[in-house]
Amino acid sequence: MLYIKCPHCGWRSQNEFSYGGDATVKRPELGKEVSDQEWDDFVYNRKSLRGKHWELWQHLSGCRQWIKVERDTATHEIFKTLKANEEIS
Amino acid sequence: MTQSFRLENIGLINRNKKLSFKFNGKAYYGYEGDTLASALIANGVHLVGRSFKYHRPRGFFGAGVDEPYAIVQLYRNGETEPNIKATEQELFEGLEAKSVNCWPSVNFDIGAINNFLKIFLPAGFYYKTFMWPKSFWFKVYEPFIRKAAGLGVASTKHDKERYEHKYEYCDLLITGSGPSGLASAYAAAKNGARVILAEDKSRFGGTLLTSEVNIGNQSGKEWAESIISELKEMPNVTVKNRSQVFGYYDHNMLVMSERISDHLPKTKKFHPKQKLWYIRAKEVLISSGSIERPIVFGNNDTPGVMLSSAAKEYLKVYGVLVGKNPLIFTNNDSGYETAIEFQKNGISPIILDTRKDPKSEIVDEAKNLGINIKFSYVVVAAQGYKKVKSADIAKISEDKEQLGIIENIKCDCICVSGFWTPTIHLASQSGNKTKFREDIDAFVPGTPKQNETTIGAANGTFTLEETLKNSFETGHRLSKEITKNDNKTSFPNVIEKKSTAHDKFWCVPLPKGKNYKRFLDFQNDVAVSDIEIALKEGYRSIEHVKRYTTLGMATDQGKTSNLNGLQLVSKIENKVVPSVGHTTFRPPYTPVSIGAIVGREVGKHSKPTRKSPMHLWHEKNNAVFVDAGVWLRPRYYKQGDENLFEGSKREAKNVRTNVGVCDVTTLGKIDIKGPDAAELLNRVYTNAWLKLPVGKARYGVMLREDGIVMDDGTTTRISENHYHMTTTTAQAANVLSHLEYYLQLVWPELNVNVVSTTEQWAGAAIAGPKSRELLQKLFPKSDVSNEGLPFMGYMEGDLFGVKARIFRISFSGELAYEVNVESDNGNFMWEKIIEVGQEFKIQPYGTEALSTLRIEMGHVAGSELDGRTIPYDNSLEGLLSKKKDFIGKRSLNRKAFIADDRQKVVGVVPLDKKTSIPEGSHLVKDSNAPLPNPKLGYISASCWSVEHDNPFSLAIVKDGKNMIGKKLFVMSPLKNKIIPVEIVSSHYVDPKGERVRS
Repeated sequence: MLYIKCPHCGWRSQNEFSYGGDATVKRPELGKEVSDQEWDDFVYNRKSLRGKHWELWQHLSGCRQWIKVERDTATHEIFKTLKANEEIS
Repeated sequence: MTQSFRLENIGLINRNKKLSFKFNGKAYYGYEGDTLASALIANGVHLVGRSFKYHRPRGFFGAGVDEPYAIVQLYRNGETEPNIKATEQELFEGLEAKSVNCWPSVNFDIGAINNFLKIFLPAGFYYKTFMWPKSFWFKVYEPFIRKAAGLGVASTKHDKERYEHKYEYCDLLITGSGPSGLASAYAAAKNGARVILAEDKSRFGGTLLTSEVNIGNQSGKEWAESIISELKEMPNVTVKNRSQVFGYYDHNMLVMSERISDHLPKTKKFHPKQKLWYIRAKEVLISSGSIERPIVFGNNDTPGVMLSSAAKEYLKVYGVLVGKNPLIFTNNDSGYETAIEFQKNGISPIILDTRKDPKSEIVDEAKNLGINIKFSYVVVAAQGYKKVKSADIAKISEDKEQLGIIENIKCDCICVSGFWTPTIHLASQSGNKTKFREDIDAFVPGTPKQNETTIGAANGTFTLEETLKNSFETGHRLSKEITKNDNKTSFPNVIEKKSTAHDKFWCVPLPKGKNYKRFLDFQNDVAVSDIEIALKEGYRSIEHVKRYTTLGMATDQGKTSNLNGLQLVSKIENKVVPSVGHTTFRPPYTPVSIGAIVGREVGKHSKPTRKSPMHLWHEKNNAVFVDAGVWLRPRYYKQGDENLFEGSKREAKNVRTNVGVCDVTTLGKIDIKGPDAAELLNRVYTNAWLKLPVGKARYGVMLREDGIVMDDGTTTRISENHYHMTTTTAQAANVLSHLEYYLQLVWPELNVNVVSTTEQWAGAAIAGPKSRELLQKLFPKSDVSNEGLPFMGYMEGDLFGVKARIFRISFSGELAYEVNVESDNGNFMWEKIIEVGQEFKIQPYGTEALSTLRIEMGHVAGSELDGRTIPYDNSLEGLLSKKKDFIGKRSLNRKAFIADDRQKVVGVVPLDKKTSIPEGSHLVKDSNAPLPNPKLGYISASCWSVEHDNPFSLAIVKDGKNMIGKKLFVMSPLKNKIIPVEIVSSHYVDPKGERVRS
């Protein structure tokens, strides 16, 4: 079970969180014309990286904040966690 | 009956407490502190089971966790449990156990015929033979194999025992209380670290209990006892015996199973049987020791052949002789220690040492005691069927290839020592890249991936002095990093006998003309010849060889067999062992009971049960409940002998003719506040929300980004910047997360807050033509006329002194309202509605009538909004705004979603107006068409229409918009039904929606 540092609450076990997918995906602006390809890339196409990966988790059984987590998908090592409003560097 | 194999003056058992027990129906006795194994051996019992494949007789091989043979079915306090190791099960008064994998009995086992057919049962036998003819598998082979095989029987009864889970944190978790575990725990604890020390046996001390050493002028055992008693007194230390750390998971989380009551005849009141500990440790010290390796020779599975360290443990811990005429077969000095213990207790052993001329203090001691030692000698084969009677021995050449003349010598046990295998399971589970050490012929932990350090014998350190020195240092160093303290503990003086190098010999060659079975894996009956066949047939990867031959795949996980298997593969393949590599170690290290894994989350306790504030009223009024997610909801209120069909029909009919009331507390409720609340709703819902006036409700549909309908519900504008959203019961949690996702990550600029208020409000839906008259009586001060409170209107009212919210919304197609009060007033509200409603013939209605009412009016719900349908499919396309963008809109122009014959919801009525249509049935054009009959759609929901008094269903059908009026067939192969039906509009009641607006 992973041990995740919630930027709001501190270290918590994985079972308090729910996974939310790739954190680097940006939703196209509302009302903006987007091509089929751009839309598909937003809705469906994911890289499924091996290695370092920025992903979203929600601290569901805690502060309910969505957070950004940089995790190695092969080793589960977690390098950094950010609040929702902090930019991935 | 006397215990002829029990010694008088040695052992750690409590001779003042005799315990009686039964094995295979026969009564014996042992002492407190015995294991089932030691008590049986004390009574001269060595035949305890039959092997898995050949049903060969099985005795005891080890004295603990590594035991491959002595697996029994245990009976305790009216319960039974399979897969119990006799070497681990502590004796208690009244214990009963039986042999497994033998039929009809352990002494005469019909499956043993496999032993004589063994030429037909080589590696992969099951894969090859039972494949043909195919039909034989089910009829002949499988039933036979099932009857003959198996390692016990699982109980089919409900387990009355309690199992608990515990979460714990510590600085250092130390796994094993041998010399390295004790020393490191002591050093770390003295330095202020929070330490958990886990020992799988009942006694602490590990090898210190059996070895002849001196630490700080105390015996090993005394030193261990003094350290443990000091540790137990320290507030920063948790010491646990009967506790096996069996799994090492990510981020230094380890799981330990503590057997709290297994050693007692009966679990004490309020105590659990076992407890599972989830431990998050900053550092892990693996001090799990090592397991002795066998040497492979002919018939080496005969009862009486066992590990030499086990023989020593039975002697020193339990005062039990495994034989009175022992033969010690060794390639290293450890065998001598066992021989010396026998000699000291009046038993004369013979040592066969594969080495030519070893020189060490231990060998000298054995010589001085006058023990008969034969150098360069091996056991060629054990003789005896149910117990060792003699051994064929021979001199072996220097190159270890040629055997001399075979002699037969009498013996009643053969104690084998093939050197030591470090227990690296936990380190390997943690991701440690293990490395092979030539000097000890075994793998040891290499580079750690997580915060773990392996010490002592588990790390290949086999001298006590070095072990203690390293362990004190490691315990101090790791604790210093965590606590920043620097309290050093003094290192005790150690006296131990020096040993010399072992011989790399591990397998005795077959003598000419003999075809003895030489076993590698004792539990799964994998012999040298099986591995040879697998390699001949082309298997190369050790992982494949393992699966083909089942080497190391038994419940003992190959603790005594893996390395010898690797030696063999590397020898045949002419490779070095490290390039063959070992198979993956996976948790659990030892079998863990399902009960412990499940813990308290059994049956109803696996999820919380949620009840509405009106639950007690429902119970008192004969409600029959149904699980709706985690909620318990009334399905119908039983009157007399009514069944579900009759009861729900009565309730639904009463709504259509008079008035009914339904508990709708379970609906998800989300409070939305903030200046941008309307903007959020406008983006989340498919329809327009910016112009909804205060005091009005609106129905909305929300999509996922892929265009699929996520949920529906009504949202009401309570005040300028305050909205009350309702969701379906099932999607309440998901919708909240969904809103939080967009507010926190996608549109953080929106100034809105959302919070779940599902539990804060109790809700009652009042529906039926008389509902307004009832409402007027409930709220005499409010104007609830059609003008005062029109359809989709909202107002606040005073319900006999209680503040209430009144919504004019309908889920039934009737004139209807929903009243919400604070949860604490829920029951008051409900009782008032029932009381005042009497004159209007009010009846409560449950979820079944609720469904009937919504189905016949064509209102889509969970069975249509099933995560596979878009708004069009549900005839909700009218709610899609063309003027604004919303979540999921861009996906709706996908080709499949705009296809001309896209599926759509329709109504379905059987032509005979009598036959009920099973939900999930398929719709086809021609019921006689050849299979696979093209499917046009499926029945999503069925009811008995109370309006028309005939069955009615909703279906999602291809090209639904052009299907109205068509005659099709409903087919249900599961219910074996073919029903001719007509497709009609999904709005079977009041299609123009006049009633809800009346």
